[in-house]
Amino acid sequence: MAWTIRGRTGEWELVCGLEIHAQVISKAKLFSGAATTFGAEPNTQVSPVDAGMPGMLPVLNGFCVEQAVKTGLALEAEINKVSIFERKNYFYPDLPQGYQISQYQHPIVGRGRVILDLPDGTTKEIGIVRLHLEQDAGKSLHGTREGVTLVDLNRCGVALMEIVTAPDIRAPEEAALFLKKLRSLLRYVGTCDGNMEEGSLRCDANVSVRRVGETRLGTRCEIKNVNSMRFIAKAIEYEARRQVELLESGGVVEQETRLFDASKGETRSMRSKEEAHDYRYFPDPDLLPLELDDALIERLRRELPELPDAKKARFMREYGLSAYDAGVLVAERACADYFEALARGRDAKQAANWVINELFGALARRGLDIEACPLPPEALGEILDLIAEGKISGKIAKEVFQEAFETGARPRQIVEAKGLEQVTDAAAIEPIVDRLLADNPAQVANVQKNPKVLGWFVGQVMKATGGRANPELVNTLLRKKLGLS
Amino acid sequence: MSGLNRLGLIEARELLRRRAISAVELTQSCLAAMERGRRLNAFITETPEKALAMAQAADARLARGEGRLLEGLPIAVKDLFCTAGVRTTAASRMLANFVPFYESTVTAKLWAEGAVLLGKTNLDEFAMGSSNTTSAFGPVINPWTPPGASPGLVPGGSSGGSAAAVAAFLCPAATGTDTGGSIRQPASFCGIVGIKPTYGRCSRWGIVAFASSLDQAGAFARSVADAALLLQAMSGFDPKDSTSADLPVPDWPASLAPRVRGLKIGIPKEYRVPGMPAEIEALWARGAEWLRAQGAEIVEVSLPLTRYALPTYYIVAPAEASSNLARYDGMRYGLRVAGRDLVDTYKRSRGEGFGAEVRRRILIGTYVLSAGYYDAYYLKAQKVRRKIVDDFRRVFEICDALLTPTAPSAAFRIGEKSEDPVSMYLNDVFTVPVNLAGLPGISVPAGLSREGLPLGLQVIGRPWDEATIFQVARALEEAAAFTAVPPGAVEV
Repeated sequence: MAWTIRGRTGEWELVCGLEIHAQVISKAKLFSGAATTFGAEPNTQVSPVDAGMPGMLPVLNGFCVEQAVKTGLALEAEINKVSIFERKNYFYPDLPQGYQISQYQHPIVGRGRVILDLPDGTTKEIGIVRLHLEQDAGKSLHGTREGVTLVDLNRCGVALMEIVTAPDIRAPEEAALFLKKLRSLLRYVGTCDGNMEEGSLRCDANVSVRRVGETRLGTRCEIKNVNSMRFIAKAIEYEARRQVELLESGGVVEQETRLFDASKGETRSMRSKEEAHDYRYFPDPDLLPLELDDALIERLRRELPELPDAKKARFMREYGLSAYDAGVLVAERACADYFEALARGRDAKQAANWVINELFGALARRGLDIEACPLPPEALGEILDLIAEGKISGKIAKEVFQEAFETGARPRQIVEAKGLEQVTDAAAIEPIVDRLLADNPAQVANVQKNPKVLGWFVGQVMKATGGRANPELVNTLLRKKLGLS
Repeated sequence: MSGLNRLGLIEARELLRRRAISAVELTQSCLAAMERGRRLNAFITETPEKALAMAQAADARLARGEGRLLEGLPIAVKDLFCTAGVRTTAASRMLANFVPFYESTVTAKLWAEGAVLLGKTNLDEFAMGSSNTTSAFGPVINPWTPPGASPGLVPGGSSGGSAAAVAAFLCPAATGTDTGGSIRQPASFCGIVGIKPTYGRCSRWGIVAFASSLDQAGAFARSVADAALLLQAMSGFDPKDSTSADLPVPDWPASLAPRVRGLKIGIPKEYRVPGMPAEIEALWARGAEWLRAQGAEIVEVSLPLTRYALPTYYIVAPAEASSNLARYDGMRYGLRVAGRDLVDTYKRSRGEGFGAEVRRRILIGTYVLSAGYYDAYYLKAQKVRRKIVDDFRRVFEICDALLTPTAPSAAFRIGEKSEDPVSMYLNDVFTVPVNLAGLPGISVPAGLSREGLPLGLQVIGRPWDEATIFQVARALEEAAAFTAVPPGAVEV
């Protein structure tokens, strides 16, 4: 994907890396036993540790550690057997301890990678620099009450994984693809629900530009809160173009933090490098270095599910699917599972088509996730079986699908109750064909000269039988009666 | 019965078991002594009602023959331990009205063994000091202050209130915390026993943090045996403190004997610091002689990095403190002084809530962790700290315990060193290395200075080997036969 910005003075290249904050799926927080349910009443999920009460001490939640290791394994990354929690010191009312416990010099996960499937059919590797565990802060609510800021500490202390990519992204669209792929991986391993609306997946982008051919990096700006799949590419492209314009008009890019405004589609300055905090990181003396043993890492490796890349390759190999279809099906583990349940003992390509076209379409129209799909794979399987058995046509099948999807009724029952079974008895169709030919002499004359008109006759018979006539049989009868070869 | 306030823990426990005295009588005696001793300013908060209720409950248990380890024994608690429903101030304006809803692990263990809370003792603000003069609730007067002398003598610090209370017979024992000598140095200044166990022996959960990697709870009493008993009740693994050790707690009181035969006692030559008074030097030599006379082998050893311990401590401790005290921001609890905006509110609340010494240490700590200074100060201090640990490890390959003076001087006058922080910090020269290495250390009263003030000797042990230093301390205790009573001792 050679994506460049054509400026007034030449071609510019984008250099971009992402920092993703992924909320760890865990019932309890990273260092306190408090619960993590989203949307609870403010300040109801807060332990004295989270509230920074005097004398309170953090105790590491081992489950969150396992989640981070699993994620690291999914990113094909090095797992660091010794990592260290450090304090990142700054004052803010939603940070009760006055510091965030994070990892700095020694993160739990080191270098890894994610492979992107680009639209042109090629792949691209995006390097992962690190993944570390840290606490989330609380939430400051400005303006809900006149003249005061309210603080909700429910989120305070919730475990986050910060995932940092190498500056390998060269096109805005690659950032969106990366985020989708990362989300897919996180959901596969069950370590983050990837819900961007609820803030459980948040993304910042480091953007710089340089002239094509230049190898040094330009000065970067950090774009905060690019929290939607839709906006990430837009935000990066806007920022890259802004920097090109600035550089071409003789300006310099200042290293700063910028905020993306989705409503205006632009980024604006938030704070300069000079205003940046000195976080005074140092190892948290309340916590010992985190040591992982090989047995734990190996157990987690064994427990990993088949990941999307491997699954895609298998779908292509085992089911003969195209790369595109396989890619679509494996993006969500639940979709892949649905497909496999459906394809078992059936025509896999046909199954893939039904899932991708009919099922995904119907789900999208109703705004449902695959998890909420009203039609289990066995039910959709019945439709495919009815087609295979010659009992219904493809057209009827789609109608049955719609009804089954909406009512939850089983397809075989729908076909039976509505008498939708295909008519394959020539004796039942022949009188209809005879009447049709008798009633339409002009068309009969026409079809002799132009055999394409035969389609009109087929349509009329199907209409008269409510679509139930076996189209092949109708064709044969018509040809015979009209004397066509 | 009069004079119950003068009973030690073990004596009182025996009398309680025999029902010769009641816990309520004992507690009332201590409460009366506390009232008479108020001029010492040893307590920030007295809890007489709670104490009597606890004593009554203890009497009921004792009557049923269900007395636990400390049943009915009145204890004073340094006001750094959070006590549920009882104001916990850390001797700071910042927390002057803070009432925790939770109980520290150490005090919870004491109450679970039947101890009685007499009150919360004064200390240097946030445990930062060596003289108990930085308290927002005023200085503590050392009961050894000669009658009529003004200003009075300091009791040492930071656990000055606990030390003064035990020395003046306001209570038989008290808890303390020791970050750089805050138990051992006041024990020495007040002529009592003070033990700081191995780092990780007592849970830090619920103790207002000063410097997390150095803070450790410990015990004050008037005898080694009493200190061992109290410490036993305070110790043990706590899953709520990641730095607490999952090790069994030995029965120290049961194995306590003044037995040093065959032990090798090291005398670290670097502890002969320039300017050390001759009488301290002499006391130290006498202590070594006592141990030799009882069959110990005395060996001179070297701890070459001793002189770097104090500077290292004064980087590490303030660094951790600057971060630990960030939570006192006036937002959720504690003092809040409203300002023009958020930053102004922070500045006013912290500016008015913290005293000068605490502010000084926050500034030092913030400085040494700052970008550009971290490597030169904090990182280097951590490296030196590891080498100090190695120094001790090496000498403990040769000897079983070390003998040193506890402090380079006897108690000084209030205000004497307050203008010169460095001379104040030098008070901790013998105690600080022990915290840096996380070792157990105990101070035993060993004699009086020319001016009649108590002087202590310190015994330092291997990690987790409190048993040996208790034995050595018992031997010193026997030999010293320290029976002097301070002029400020209270009679009931």
